[in-house]
Amino acid sequence: MSRLNQADRPVNMGDKLWPALFCLLAFFLAWEAGVRLLDIKPYILPALSQVLNTLGDMLPLLARHSQSTLLEAVTGLAAAVGVALVLAALMDLHPWIRQGIYPLLVVSQTVPIISIAPLFIIWFGYGILPKVVVVALVCFFPVVVSLVEGMQSADCDMVNLLRVMGYSRWQVIRLVRFPAALPSFFAGLKIAGTYSVMGAVIGEWLGAVNGLGVFMTRATHAYQLDRVFAAILIIILVSLLIYAVIELLAHLAMPWYYNERRDD
Amino acid sequence: MAEIFMEDVTKTFSVNGVLLSVLDGVTVQVEEGEFVSLIGPSGCGKSTLFNIICGLTTPDRGRVLLGGHDNVPAGEVVSYMPQKDLLLPWRTVLDNVILARRAVGRERAAVQSEARELMPLFGLTGFENSYPAELSGGMRQRAALMRTVLARQRVLLLDEPLGALDAITRTRMQQWLLKVWNNFKQAVFFVTHDIDEAIFLSDRVYVLTSRPAKVCLHLSVSLPRPRRAKLVTAPSFLALKKEIMRALQVQ
Ligand SMILES: Nc1ncnc2c1ncn2[C@@H]1O[C@H](COP(=O)(O)OP(=O)(O)OP(=O)(O)O)[C@@H](O)[C@H]1O
Ligand SMILES: [Mg+2]
Repeated sequence: MSRLNQADRPVNMGDKLWPALFCLLAFFLAWEAGVRLLDIKPYILPALSQVLNTLGDMLPLLARHSQSTLLEAVTGLAAAVGVALVLAALMDLHPWIRQGIYPLLVVSQTVPIISIAPLFIIWFGYGILPKVVVVALVCFFPVVVSLVEGMQSADCDMVNLLRVMGYSRWQVIRLVRFPAALPSFFAGLKIAGTYSVMGAVIGEWLGAVNGLGVFMTRATHAYQLDRVFAAILIIILVSLLIYAVIELLAHLAMPWYYNERRDD
Repeated sequence: MAEIFMEDVTKTFSVNGVLLSVLDGVTVQVEEGEFVSLIGPSGCGKSTLFNIICGLTTPDRGRVLLGGHDNVPAGEVVSYMPQKDLLLPWRTVLDNVILARRAVGRERAAVQSEARELMPLFGLTGFENSYPAELSGGMRQRAALMRTVLARQRVLLLDEPLGALDAITRTRMQQWLLKVWNNFKQAVFFVTHDIDEAIFLSDRVYVLTSRPAKVCLHLSVSLPRPRRAKLVTAPSFLALKKEIMRALQVQ
């Protein structure tokens, strides 16, 4: 019974992608041409072709490193989402809790994570845990803020109606507040998802055996800038992958939202 | 014993320090199985009165008894259809209409099959799995009404349920509403701006003055049922209409 035209969506997407692809291509060409024409040394800036060559050669090694980075990023992101869900529900149950916690959250964001991260090594050792903590800290804020704001945006009349029907506060959170918060939540999650890989890489800089961060640190110290850039390309790919998965989850979780938007 | 009994209910809102007197000693009641309308100018406090019945707003003065009792949770006696349809956008029509019934802990599958059977009566057949955003305005109102009726409470509070409809659809929906009422035998407390609608549907009509609202006319409509569309031009109907119009003008 839906009066939606599902066929026109992929076409739209393609149309939107072309300008971006074109600009990217132009940028790559300028990079390649600039390096060749100005004869820039590879330890200052390697040509794109050289970076791609290195990328091809080192793919198995890079794949192994990205695996641990991806694992840290996803685990950290999941932890952040879990804690955010619990906190957001608590903050919704009582205004007092929200007024108590919310300012602390904002203040916590002003603490420069990169400067306290070395402490995590002292506290949590050299394993995966300190990296996960860094990722979780980086991702937590956008997730919890988008969730709380989204829950606040729920229609009060809707909440009241369900209360009159006899639903408990907790049931109303589940039936109205969380669903109402989903669009905002996923917007925040996309931001957090792109931060998560960066968080994992920063965590690895501080000391690790495996991971793209370690790979980059070693390459930088050896002035192998082609390797650094190859790692950066991989980081971009991994981040895009996480972004795409989140987008997919959003579509699965909120079919009603995308139906509505496709209509106009 | 009255299903709803409100006596001397008074409410004053304070908006940014300015006092806004909305209800001033309103006394109304709704008996078992009765269709009662509440008519009054826009902004006079009709929705506020409903919010008080539901316990969403507390009156400054006066008594509210539901089913003869003080302090019963409103949801156990009344089922409320607010002015906005308030369907949950993330639930399909079927899951929306069973919402009120599920609140009292009924099993989902049983309630769903009950709702499926009633879809034709509410003109929603084929839209069970659509989301509210895919429905027309009239269909959304019917879905909201179905949710309210399906709660199977003793009284329906309907706040301008036909408000969003054009005149033609509206007349048709009034007869349909009477059919639904006949079917379920619940008492109805009905808010409207439309004098014809109030008379056509009701057993009794309360007319409110503009803010602060008082009951300025209480009218029994003893026109025979079932009521047909041509009733609205009958002399007895017009006499009642004249009386209400006079009450609404004296302010
Ligand atoms: N919670 C509130 N706080 C402050 N003022 C309110 C509140 N609820 C309603 N009012 C005011 O009370 C008055 C009556 O509102 P109400 O919604 O009851 O009118 P109504 O008779 O239902 O109008 P309409 O027919 O247009 O729906 C309005 O002036 C409104 O601004
Ligand atoms: Mg109103």
